[in-house]
Amino acid sequence: MDGIHDMGGMHGFGKVEAEENEPVFHAAWEGRCLALNRAMGAIGAWTIDEGRAGIEALPPGVYLTRSYYGKWALRLENMMIDRGLAGADEIAAGHALRPGKPMKRKLTVANVPRTLTRGSFFREAPAPARFKTGDRVRTKNIHPATHTRLPRYARGRAGVIEAIRGCHVFPDSVAIGAGENPQWLYTLLFEGRALWGESTDPMLKVSIEAFEPYLEAA
Amino acid sequence: MAHDDDHGDHDNGHGSELSEMQLRVRALETVLAEKGYIDPAALDVMIEAYETRIGPHNGARVVAKAWTDPAFKRALLEDATKAVQSLGLINRVGDHLIAVENTPKLHNMIVCTLCSCYPWEVLGLPPVWYKSAPYRSRAVNDPRGVLADFGLRLPADTQIRVWDSTAETRFMVLPMRPAGTDGWSEERLAVLVTRDSMVGTGLPKNPAGAA
Repeated sequence: MDGIHDMGGMHGFGKVEAEENEPVFHAAWEGRCLALNRAMGAIGAWTIDEGRAGIEALPPGVYLTRSYYGKWALRLENMMIDRGLAGADEIAAGHALRPGKPMKRKLTVANVPRTLTRGSFFREAPAPARFKTGDRVRTKNIHPATHTRLPRYARGRAGVIEAIRGCHVFPDSVAIGAGENPQWLYTLLFEGRALWGESTDPMLKVSIEAFEPYLEAA
Repeated sequence: MAHDDDHGDHDNGHGSELSEMQLRVRALETVLAEKGYIDPAALDVMIEAYETRIGPHNGARVVAKAWTDPAFKRALLEDATKAVQSLGLINRVGDHLIAVENTPKLHNMIVCTLCSCYPWEVLGLPPVWYKSAPYRSRAVNDPRGVLADFGLRLPADTQIRVWDSTAETRFMVLPMRPAGTDGWSEERLAVLVTRDSMVGTGLPKNPAGAA
């Protein structure tokens, strides 16, 4: 999706402002919001890719003006409602008006530590990797209206395969409910000038993590 | 942080004026708990872990170990998931952790232009600037400008390598060990390792100021 979330290379956002001694959370609700979102993921309400697509589905004006956890709260509300896990009437009332749906897993105090470790995204490879380290490849010029992890600035660009990272769950498929559709993942290295033009710092190199369906031989 | 104050009915001493977001998130939590999806006590445990146990102090231990133990450094650069796991610092480390090494000729910097991917298990939750539009937009086309925002200027002939975290692989920078730390213990070295030095927007602290 060519959305506002895809920010690499945009101009006009100004300086990076770091906060001295920043607290982990700036208000108690931020921690609750983070934990609620993680908990719904842990019980199988949605995958990480569907959750990211949920953030990207927020209107651009909302995306730019809400705080980080403010976006998470809106995403949580929207996804609960979209999936029929809670009603807008219940969220407005601040109380359940109907029983919940059965979920895949249960999150208890005892199994919290397990949820703090990320799951593995490695999957068995359906076919051998098409590319090897050192291969010159080009990213496809694709513009899916749905979730993708190929950023705009790196589309239609030539680079070199630097590393093969194994075969992984393919976010573009998962996010549209088309299954895990495992794909080989590569670190793809670009010269800064291949991305940004001749006036760019010649000492800059940028890599993305690129799934095989994004790539063709150059 | 008093995270237990905003989901009970008790008076927390701060009066009854709650922000819109507090009310909204509290309503969501109540609904999800009443529907049987979540247990507020489990959320408490999770938040406590992020506030106390999971943070950049873990990454600092990893870096200090790599600075003093060449075999560990090799293992870290070969397979960071396995190497960090062997330290037994925290919960099991998830797959796909990758450590990248700074050298006098090469400076690494980590970003996620599409969202906010960050190596939580070794660095904790990302700071606001890491998730902000200025950092995410400029890190890939003007990293020297970003470093200048952090007060860091590198020689013009230093190669800048930016890693955009566009998949589930997670990166941490192994910064260079500061000069003047010969013979320092791991514990002492770990104090020099800042969060920003492991993201690539800073360098380790000057040993002279941190003794």
